[in-house]
Amino acid sequence: MTADLGGVAAPLKASGSRSSLGQLAAARRATLAEDEALVTKMEATSLNVSYAGRTVVRDVSFPVISNQVTAIIGPSGSGKSSVLRCFNRMNELIPKAVVSGSVRLDDEDIYASGVQVVEVRRRVGLVFQRPNPFPMSIYENVAYGPRRLGERNRARLDEIVERSIRQAALWEEVSDDLRRKSGLALSGGQQQRLCIARVLATEPEVILMDEPASALDPIATLQIEELMRELIEKYTIVIVTHNMQEAARASDHTVFMSMGTDRAGYLVERGPTRQLFSMPTHKLTEDYITGRFG
Amino acid sequence: MRRVLVADRVATATLWAIALAALLLLAAMIVHLVWAAVGTLSASFVLGDPEFLGLGGVGPVLWNSFYMLFLTALITVPAGIAAGIYMAEYAAEGRLTSAIRFAQEAISSIPSIVVGLFGLVAFVNLTGWGFSALAGSLALSVFNLPLMARLTEQALRAVPADERYASLALGSTKWQMIRHVVVPLAIPGIVTGIILTAGRIFGEAAALLFTAGLTTPSNYHFENLNVLDPKSPWSPFRPATTLAVYIWKVQSEGLGSSVKQIADGASALLLLCVLGFNVGARMISRVLVYRITRA
Repeated sequence: MTADLGGVAAPLKASGSRSSLGQLAAARRATLAEDEALVTKMEATSLNVSYAGRTVVRDVSFPVISNQVTAIIGPSGSGKSSVLRCFNRMNELIPKAVVSGSVRLDDEDIYASGVQVVEVRRRVGLVFQRPNPFPMSIYENVAYGPRRLGERNRARLDEIVERSIRQAALWEEVSDDLRRKSGLALSGGQQQRLCIARVLATEPEVILMDEPASALDPIATLQIEELMRELIEKYTIVIVTHNMQEAARASDHTVFMSMGTDRAGYLVERGPTRQLFSMPTHKLTEDYITGRFG
Repeated sequence: MRRVLVADRVATATLWAIALAALLLLAAMIVHLVWAAVGTLSASFVLGDPEFLGLGGVGPVLWNSFYMLFLTALITVPAGIAAGIYMAEYAAEGRLTSAIRFAQEAISSIPSIVVGLFGLVAFVNLTGWGFSALAGSLALSVFNLPLMARLTEQALRAVPADERYASLALGSTKWQMIRHVVVPLAIPGIVTGIILTAGRIFGEAAALLFTAGLTTPSNYHFENLNVLDPKSPWSPFRPATTLAVYIWKVQSEGLGSSVKQIADGASALLLLCVLGFNVGARMISRVLVYRITRA
């Protein structure tokens, strides 16, 4: 467990220890220097992930603060994506994957029995590393989620599609051939924004992004970062990246993970991004963000 | 360095020669069969009734071939697709799955004459239908069903995991994912499978000898739409000699001076139909891929 936590992290961390519900609720609100109210939207507690018996994530705990961008950084193999996939139960699709610990969404354990995985994934959307639009029209890509949720009304679908594509800052580029053009005919950066629009259409509360810009050129990367800053007005974002500039530019909160001697990923340090990047408490963190390893 | 380049040239030339030989063999066969049938293949031969001694036509048996194809597809396509979906999407690797796979491969390798004998016992005698189109179609289904299931399974497995995850991550259920992403993307592959297996069904003879019967049909009245009337060409409960079976029958027990001519004409017709299925499969699959991936 990481004991040396700075700033906001410490009081929020306290909420992670499984005390009584009353204490939890009381601890959920913490105040920043600017007197901004912070609400924990999601929280991982003692998360362990193993694939076919091999532990890839060990004892990771951290909160995700509402309407902020939380970045998970770290070298390859440190279990960043595995942790991210726990937040909407996508690990379950990997054969022989075992997850223990808990992940809470608004104080409800998403791994509790009786929780519908379909509902969790609707509330917590995921944007993949490689843009993966369906080989369908742009319109059908975005309408896919709402249609599966049972939306049949054409006017409402039109409205959802337009709103989602506008939110994803893609409208100007595609509004002329929404129904004629395939999602696959777009450029890489446009495809990724289409995938974001597709997630937004299901009206999630949290958006997970697994290295969303790693396959994109620098301009498209900046567009995605700007987009994230706009989206946190309404959504909570967790992003995995191994691009430190990206984490420094786009996130509010940073979680640094590394790989232990047993090759299992663990959490080294976390805190407000500005603080973690300017005054890291761990030698490992300092080495990583200054580019000495990773 | 030189020797490496020479070896490269030799390898390229050899592989080209082998491919060319295969192509030439096919071309020679087509030319030979079509050439032999050039004078025979007329509208009256393709559509007309067979005659006892004269040239006559193959209209009714050609009809039976298409009719049996349709009947077999009616049985094997839905069941085969359902089985393929189960095998690709639901079956966990285990004893049951490997038993099914073993059965699929074993049935596909049974000689079709043996399937025909099984059909005689099971579909002709046990059911009491006698030689009939339905018994023949069931015999054809015996080896077509596992093949259809296998081809569907392969087409479904070829759908990238990325698309599946994208669907599930949007909160769709597994069935929604299968129904709205996996199956639509696999349709070109499935359709190609249907048409290619159609070629095999269309040309099959041995499995039908003891199941669909060897009568020489004539005087089909297509206006008789009563499927339960054994005299109607639409009825599954009537003997139905197909084109392939007719070729065998004419060659082995035909009388008259036109036997060779009939066999040549019917063979060419059969070959052209099967070729048509193959070319059609490619074209339809190309159109479907284009339409599904484009819009």
